[in-house]
This record gives sequence, C-alpha cells and structure tokens, in this order.
Amino acid sequence: MTSGALLEVADLVKHFPQGGGLFRSPRVVHALNGLSLTVAPKETLALVGESGSGKTTAGRALLRLLDPDAGTVRFDGVDVLAADRKTLKGLRRRMQIVFQDPYGSLDPRMTVGASVAEGIEIHRLAQGPEIRARVERLLGEVGLEPAAADKYPHQFSGGQRQRIGIARALAVDPEFVVLDEPVSALDVSVQAQVLNLLLDLQRDRGLSYLFIAHDLAVVRQMAHRIAVMYYGRIVEQGSRDDVLERPRHPYTRALLSAVPEPDPETQRVRIVLPGDPPSPTTPPPGCPFASRCYHSARDRRCDTERPELRSVGATLVACHHAETA
Amino acid sequence: MTPLLTVDNLRVTFPRATGPSTPVDGVSFSIDRGERVALVGESGSGKSLTCLALLRLIPHPGVIAAGSSIRLDGTDVMTLEGEALRAIRGGRIGLVFQDPMTSLNPVLTVGYQVQEAVTAHRSMSRAEARDRTVALLEEVGIPDPADRAGAYPHQLSGGLRQRIMIAIALAGEPDLLVADEPTTALDVTIQAQILELLDRIRTRRNMAVLLITHDLGVVAGRTDRVMVMYAGQLIETAPTPRLFAAPAHPYTQALLQSMPRLTGPLNRLASIGGSVPEPTAWPSGCRFHPRCARRIGPCAAEVPPWREAGPAQEGRCWLIEGQAP
Repeated sequence: MTSGALLEVADLVKHFPQGGGLFRSPRVVHALNGLSLTVAPKETLALVGESGSGKTTAGRALLRLLDPDAGTVRFDGVDVLAADRKTLKGLRRRMQIVFQDPYGSLDPRMTVGASVAEGIEIHRLAQGPEIRARVERLLGEVGLEPAAADKYPHQFSGGQRQRIGIARALAVDPEFVVLDEPVSALDVSVQAQVLNLLLDLQRDRGLSYLFIAHDLAVVRQMAHRIAVMYYGRIVEQGSRDDVLERPRHPYTRALLSAVPEPDPETQRVRIVLPGDPPSPTTPPPGCPFASRCYHSARDRRCDTERPELRSVGATLVACHHAETA
Repeated sequence: MTPLLTVDNLRVTFPRATGPSTPVDGVSFSIDRGERVALVGESGSGKSLTCLALLRLIPHPGVIAAGSSIRLDGTDVMTLEGEALRAIRGGRIGLVFQDPMTSLNPVLTVGYQVQEAVTAHRSMSRAEARDRTVALLEEVGIPDPADRAGAYPHQLSGGLRQRIMIAIALAGEPDLLVADEPTTALDVTIQAQILELLDRIRTRRNMAVLLITHDLGVVAGRTDRVMVMYAGQLIETAPTPRLFAAPAHPYTQALLQSMPRLTGPLNRLASIGGSVPEPTAWPSGCRFHPRCARRIGPCAAEVPPWREAGPAQEGRCWLIEGQAP
C-alpha cells in the first residue's frame, strides 16, 4: 500500500441481512465485497458507480457510521475500526461527511447557526461568543450571509442548504471529507456553484476528499484519481485522465459511452448494456459484470472465476481480458 | 400542414392568500406530427405543469386561466368534457412520468395494468386484450413478456418498471407521447437503454414525442427541436443543433457553459449566480435579469419581446435584434 496515504482501506466487506422470518433465514445483500482504496493528503479520489454498486455503503463504513463485517480502515495510521470511544471521537473531528440530500440532512427545528455550531460545541473548539463568530466565518466561507445563522433550513434553496451542509462539515476543521453525491440533487445552474466552492475549499484548507458520484462529467471536474465500482468492488482504478481517456474495463467503457453529452456534434460509439446488474443477494461465481458483458474475448472463465484487480497498462483493472481491446 | 398540437398563451394559476401565483405564464408553441421536441428547464420553471396542462390534469386548486388555448389536431382541448376528454388522456396523448414506482399500482400485476390501459380506449375480447398486452410488453423490450405480465411492480427493476410505464402510454395508440423526465430516476446505463427504446418506438410508430427534461445532455442528438423554459415562460426555441452551436439567450448560454463535460478543455465551470425564482415572486422585466451577466438598460423594467434570432430560432431577450416572428 502507498506510504504517505492519509486514508487506507483494505478488503472492506459489508453484508446486510434482508427479510427472513420465523421459518425462513434472511437473504444476504452483498453491499461491499472486498473494497480497497487509499486517499493521499490534499487529494480527491472519486468513487464512481451506479445505484447498488456499494459506493454509499463504502463512504459510511469507512467513517464507521455503520460497522463493516471485515477489513481494515486506517486514518493517519490509526485503526478506525478498532478505535475506542475516545479515539473515535477524535477521529470524527478529522473525518467528516456531506450528504446528498440537503433537505433531509439538516434538523428542520434547529437554526442554521445551531446546526453549524453543534460540532464546535461537541469538540469544545470554541467558547461563548467565539462560537458565534466562528459560525459566521464559516457561513461566509461557503458564500452565505452572517444573518443566515438565525434562519431555519426551510428558508433556503437546495443549493444554499448544501452550502450549509458543507459549513457544518467544515466547522470542526477536518482534514478529510466524504462527499456523498453532493450535487446530484441540485439544478444544473446551481451545481456548478457548489462544485467550484468545493474546489476552492480544498485549495484553501488542504482538504482530502472521497467524492462519491455517479456522474462522470462531474467527476472529471473534481477528481485526481477515479475508482469505478461495480457490485461492491472496484473494477477499475487509476488517474483521472487514464480512466476517462484510456479505460480498459468494459463496464467503464459502457459507463462513459452512456453519459449524455450536451453536444450533438460529438460522434461517439454508444454502448447500450443489456439488462440490469445481478441481484445483490445472489452473487455470481465469476465476474459480476459477465451477465452484461459485450467484450469480444468473453469466455467461460468469466462465468467461473472472479477476476482480481491487477495492473494493466496505466490503470488497475479487474477483467480477465483487459489486455485485449 | 397544420401542426398536431398548438398551444397558445397557456397560463396556469394557483390561488394564494396573497393573490394568485402563475407558475406557467403565457407559453405558446406547436408540435408537428412525428416531431421530436424537448422542453428543457430547471426545477420550478413550470415545464411539468405545462405538460400536465396539455391533458387538463392541473392539480387542485390550480386552474388553466381563461384565454389559454390548446388544440390537438383541430380539436379544442379546453372545451372537452367527459368521454371526449378521456379519449385524449392516455388515448391520443400518452404520458410517461419520472417515477414508475409511484405511478404503478403496487398491488396489481403489471400485465393487469397494461391490459387496463389497452381496454380503456377500445372494446375487445379478453383473449384479444391479453394478446395485445403481451405484444406491447414485447415492443418495450420486456424479456419473457407472457411470463412477466404476472409480476408485481416491486419484483421488477427500475428500468423494467419504466418500460411498463411506456407500454401503458402506448396502449391507446397515441399521436403524441409526452415523457416527463422519463430517465431522471434511472442509472446512466439504464437511461441509455430507455432513451434508445423511445427512439426506436417513435421511428416505428411515427408518433410525435415531447421530452421534458432538465438535462441538456439527454436532448442532444435525440430531438429535432428544443424549447427552453425559465420562470414560467419560454425564453428560447431552436433546432437542436442550432441551440447547441449558437444559443441566443444568455440563460441558454450560461446553462450550457455551466455543464460539466467529459470531453474538451478542462476549465473552471462558469456558474450562474443566485437561484431559480419562485412563482410567487417572478422578477420584473426579463425574469432572468437578476442572474444575467449580460443585462443592459431595459432588462430590469421592460419585458423583452419574442423575436427571431436565427434560422427557425426565436428568443425573448433585449440583446436579440431580429424581427418579431
């Protein structure tokens, strides 16, 4: 594993029991099937995938907002999953999260000021009138007026609410922030404002981001490195340009070709994948992408043997036939 | 040839304690037979209410204001009642909504729901209705249609549910298919499937399609003409390639510049300041003027006229110097 990484995640597994009853054992949803990744200081790693790929579970599991079944998470050398209460509290000051839904993630009965101040008070980062000054400074940093502190979430638009969510995460001066689809609920004209703000904050504060997203055009704007997830595992990983311009995994290629580009002149080959991803309760024995794969070299091995992530060309790829174009 | 659909000065009003609000305010357009038209706008622009108005489905207590005109193939939709109105709803105009999970009845099989739509507009024997249902399911690409007809909505994936919605919309053999954000709730690879399906069906049946979306990327290469809506009004209409190559309205220009892209130079995104106004407080003059980077003298006070901006391109902006169309 790369030395000097701020965050190191290895072989993370999370399964959820689903359904079941008195005479029926529950089925198991395989959300994470051995996820490994690293994030360097001041770096943005984008975790890309469609719904059900496990990207949101990954973000929560590495912050221990839910408990993984297996694997390790190290933040600045500290074992996150084995941390006791006191250590975990210290870690939570340094690792924060911004959620997708700016409507659901703020307490509607708390003023914006109280919401932003919550973390400052819990971690005793300021006292008395200093708290208010700090809240107003944070609101200014995300582009809101100081008077916003006395209002309630419903008085703000979606974009402004997302700014409040960002201020709340930054209140405790974290080094690392999980951004879980931070702009996918926003209108296009507002999305650009928030993306620019996140880039400015990263530059000014030296933040590391795990940017969870499904939109590759947005990811291109934000990420240094990209990890593509499918069925709870990374199927391709590399630098932004390598993944976007020289993708090797057939899924990454299909995903790229499916992005609707606002330009009728761009002539691209559209790869339309058949069907849906396999059910999360019944993992296929071989490559999880095999049921939708269009690769010319696809063979029986794809149905029986799971491909491991390995180095091919400039990226890491989990495909038996990554060498064949 | 007269257009299939002509909408003239459409206004939708909602009564409020402080006076009526007008979320759709003077919208005029027409659609030809077999034409593919997109209506593009952000949330709150009035695009969804415009499409509901075509079927006179404005939710209570909203009303279509007097003086609004909707003509379908010469028929005055505004004066229709009872059976005649029902023949249009789901008959001559088919409707596909964004979220198939809330539009489908969870306790009835999907086959039953498609068959209900088949028999709603034509009387036929039970065997004939069943055959017709299976044929429709096959047309929208449901695998094992006869078998899947017995499935309940929750047993199908999001993509298959949206295919069922399309089958229902096609059951009445519509001349116009109105699709309101048909792929917004879906993953990109599934979105690609559904857009391709809509293209295929339209070509085979030669029906007109009105695609309502917030995503200019979805529109490019899939429609003949785009209408852009902002704050309850149309602000620009143009042939699709022309809109992308030479947008006339500053809002359209800003919207295109603020979209992250997969190709081309990677620059900081241009963002539009502020947020979309509320229908209770439309700005004076040009409704985009508070956010417009190119505003000039008359913009704040005087409503710009609708003018010709280029070949088959029209817009509502003081910077457009053409004639009234």
